[in-house]
Amino acid sequence: MSEHDPERGGRTRQLMMGRLDRELTPEESEALDQILENNPAARQEWEQLKLVKTITAGIRLRTPPDEIWEGYMNSVYRRIERGVGWILVSIGAIVLLSYGLWSGVGELLRDTTVPWYLRGAVMSLLAGLAVIVVSVAREKFFMRKRDPYREVER
Amino acid sequence: MDGSKSSVERDLIIRSQRGGRKAFGELIKRHMQRAYYAALGLVGSHDDALDISQEAFARAFRARKSLDPDRPFYPWLYQILRRLSFNHIRDQRSRGRKLQSESAWIVENASDRAGRNDPARLTERGEVRERVRRAIEELSEHEREVIVLKEFEQLRYREIAELLAIPIGTVMSRLYSARRSLAGRLEDLT
Repeated sequence: MSEHDPERGGRTRQLMMGRLDRELTPEESEALDQILENNPAARQEWEQLKLVKTITAGIRLRTPPDEIWEGYMNSVYRRIERGVGWILVSIGAIVLLSYGLWSGVGELLRDTTVPWYLRGAVMSLLAGLAVIVVSVAREKFFMRKRDPYREVER
Repeated sequence: MDGSKSSVERDLIIRSQRGGRKAFGELIKRHMQRAYYAALGLVGSHDDALDISQEAFARAFRARKSLDPDRPFYPWLYQILRRLSFNHIRDQRSRGRKLQSESAWIVENASDRAGRNDPARLTERGEVRERVRRAIEELSEHEREVIVLKEFEQLRYREIAELLAIPIGTVMSRLYSARRSLAGRLEDLT
């Protein structure tokens, strides 16, 4: 194969793949024959690729026990149900935590007996959390915009 | 997919989108084996393939409203499946754990009994099969994926290109690159 002409090399590789996988037209097959006849390096590579094809064609994926198909659908439904459960739990937890935080922090800030530096620390903690949440949300938003499979839920 | 098959599938997708669990169940039945084998080829473990393929269906169910009934179901499902499989592989690698694949996720092809010196015959020997398995597992995600789709699912280039939404030339380039890598790793066999 010509190392000095990448375009030609690319074409030869595609022709080799096409013949290994029986996807060449007669004209393409003839073109490959000519290349192999005139190019010893391509011929050597072709022989190697042919053997790799023979090896991979001689194996297959292991068949699982038949029983797995019987419970397959129910397992998918259980996952769907659990997903709904997690969403409900998450919504409940977020609402309760937010309420607890709002009440607790409000009370703390109103309490004049609490030293100023403790109130400052709580404010700093909340401000830091807000910055992190906004930053992560923005990153997710831009990643999703650039994702070619954004229509597919993951 | 032929016309009648695709119209049945279209009907199943529309019914699923309206909340029909039975219709979605029918879609699962139609594609569960193919989804399982695709995941098995990508992650190399029965348990993980089962887990990932079932999770893909569960996510597809949750996202079913976004599916276009005029397009086939499997390529859409496959996008979810491959993402889950790749994420699984990356998770394992980032935790520094070797992929927990089973040594026997591939077996020799019983219908391919060639001559004594034929390399296909060599795969019948456990040690050689083990080396082939390791060589496939060492391929990059994209190389492994095209080998799985071509050799195990026996798809044509056009079908692989449609499934992965890439040009046919890219399918051929990835196959070439995968086979070169395999040739390098199995040098003494080839």
